Amino acid sequence: MFGRGRKIAPYLFISPFFLGYAIFFLYPVIQSLQLSFYRQVGLTNPPRFIGFDNYVRLVTKDALFIKALTNTTYYALGSILIIVPLALLLALILHSPKLRFREFFRFLYFTPNITAGVVVGIIFGLVFEEQYGLINNLLLAPLGLENVRWLREARWIMPAVILLGAWKWTGINAIYFMVGLQNIPPELKEAARVDGATRWQVFWHVTLPLLRPILAFVLTIAIIGSYNLFAEPAILVGMEGGPNNAGMTMTMYLYARGFRELKMGYASAIGYSLAVIILVLSVVQLFLIRAFRED
Amino acid sequence: MRLALSRPSDADERKSLYLKLFEATVVYAILFFFALLVGIPFLYMITGSFKTNGQLFSWPINLLAPEPTLNNYERLLSGEEIPYLRQMINSVVIAVSQSALTLLFASMVGWGFAKYEFRGKTFLTIFLLFTFAIPFQVTLVPLFQMIVRLGLLDNYLGVILPSSVSAFGAFFMRQAMVSIPSELLDAGRIDGASEWGLFWRIGIPLSRGALSILCVLVFLTAWNDYLWPLIVLRTPEKFTYPVGLATLKGLYKIEYGMILGGAFIATLPIVLIFVAGRNQILDNLTIGAVKQ
Repeated sequence: MFGRGRKIAPYLFISPFFLGYAIFFLYPVIQSLQLSFYRQVGLTNPPRFIGFDNYVRLVTKDALFIKALTNTTYYALGSILIIVPLALLLALILHSPKLRFREFFRFLYFTPNITAGVVVGIIFGLVFEEQYGLINNLLLAPLGLENVRWLREARWIMPAVILLGAWKWTGINAIYFMVGLQNIPPELKEAARVDGATRWQVFWHVTLPLLRPILAFVLTIAIIGSYNLFAEPAILVGMEGGPNNAGMTMTMYLYARGFRELKMGYASAIGYSLAVIILVLSVVQLFLIRAFRED
Repeated sequence: MRLALSRPSDADERKSLYLKLFEATVVYAILFFFALLVGIPFLYMITGSFKTNGQLFSWPINLLAPEPTLNNYERLLSGEEIPYLRQMINSVVIAVSQSALTLLFASMVGWGFAKYEFRGKTFLTIFLLFTFAIPFQVTLVPLFQMIVRLGLLDNYLGVILPSSVSAFGAFFMRQAMVSIPSELLDAGRIDGASEWGLFWRIGIPLSRGALSILCVLVFLTAWNDYLWPLIVLRTPEKFTYPVGLATLKGLYKIEYGMILGGAFIATLPIVLIFVAGRNQILDNLTIGAVKQ
């Protein structure tokens, strides 16, 4: 009796998920690819096939797309360069055995990450305020530096967004690195110390190479996160990215074309370009990490 | 033996004590400095919500609120500018429904993959892994068209349904359920339990830990989401709180104290959930990283 039930059961268990997955994910993925070869403006107008025109226009004629791409890449590189070393430093400190208040610090550093992007954008509106902001008054003024026009001058907008990103993401990445450190057998480090290695040498030749899988994970998350960036800059400098669109990210650009101008075909092409970029970057990054293994 | 050989002299001991003290000072100084960097913006948000616009934008700036006023909260919650209380309730309804649906779908599919052998299992696993890597931005436009065609524009279901099928959740639950002993299920079958009964009476109770973590993660994502609700919801009475707060920031006369108040009361529940379950959540959050 249960022989038959047991044969059908797994299909019944997996079908609700896969049904939903097909409708709300796979179908849109395919539909979007098709749409990216069409020109369709608005919801009711009939789509017109135009081949690769959308993609050609994106790469050759659309300065704003190139700008959004540059901004996003700037953010990705900048935030990774700040976040990874800081997170690693914090993880090494938080990992040391006799530390007090470890749980407190770990939790505090983590809180920015569970705060809504919109809320973070609102808070940082005050952090970067020109006259009454926290950074200009509490960090720059004591050092005798002049006020920076963070959100009003095009060249300062991306640095501001990068600092915001570092604030939001350093803590959780420190926690990822902590897990990596916990997984390194202490015997390995002890063996190196017995052989006369200094602490720096142990870190450089034992700890760091063993953290590579975590580093790959952290970098992948950072790349994906950069291209997903939307709420924070949208709140901080507005949907158009502020002066000279300096804060416009890829997802913001997709939103602008797709949902403000209702250029359905064009926005689909932006979506696919984004997917290809993320894929390429992730693969490149994995190869780089692997290349460093040959030491 | 080694100890006896390398016994340090008194001078060495004193030197290493100083070194240790110095190290500890540096370590705590760094930790404290970062705690300030993280904490002060939060503090400024909280105290700012008790200030008038004039107090907020005055010089020199004050991290505290010496003359606190509840005016911002009164005006925010009375719905003078936006129906914020309503928008918070919308967020609760959407986040709770989305968590419940995601948990149901994810635990069922996870159970199917963890505890049964069936044709196509390997293919589906690999297929899911590959499509998992496709970023969601690709789906936005067709999903929007679909929502419009289904008449779900400006409807909670339009926000909830597309977000309720989580491939991550499926993998997460499979991973949690695979360790449930199959002997337990066989014993249940001999006692005449149905396959659904096994899932409901053994699978679910034995993966409570994983379910609660997934629940928190999904709730958090839904609670904080901005982009998709912004696309689907059209009237202020239907907005979730992030969409509402964003409109408040776009008003002609920006009431920053009020915005900060809204931001604070929306962040509070999340922080409380995490304070309550912090260790379990923080330890398990990293499952994805470790299993690489």
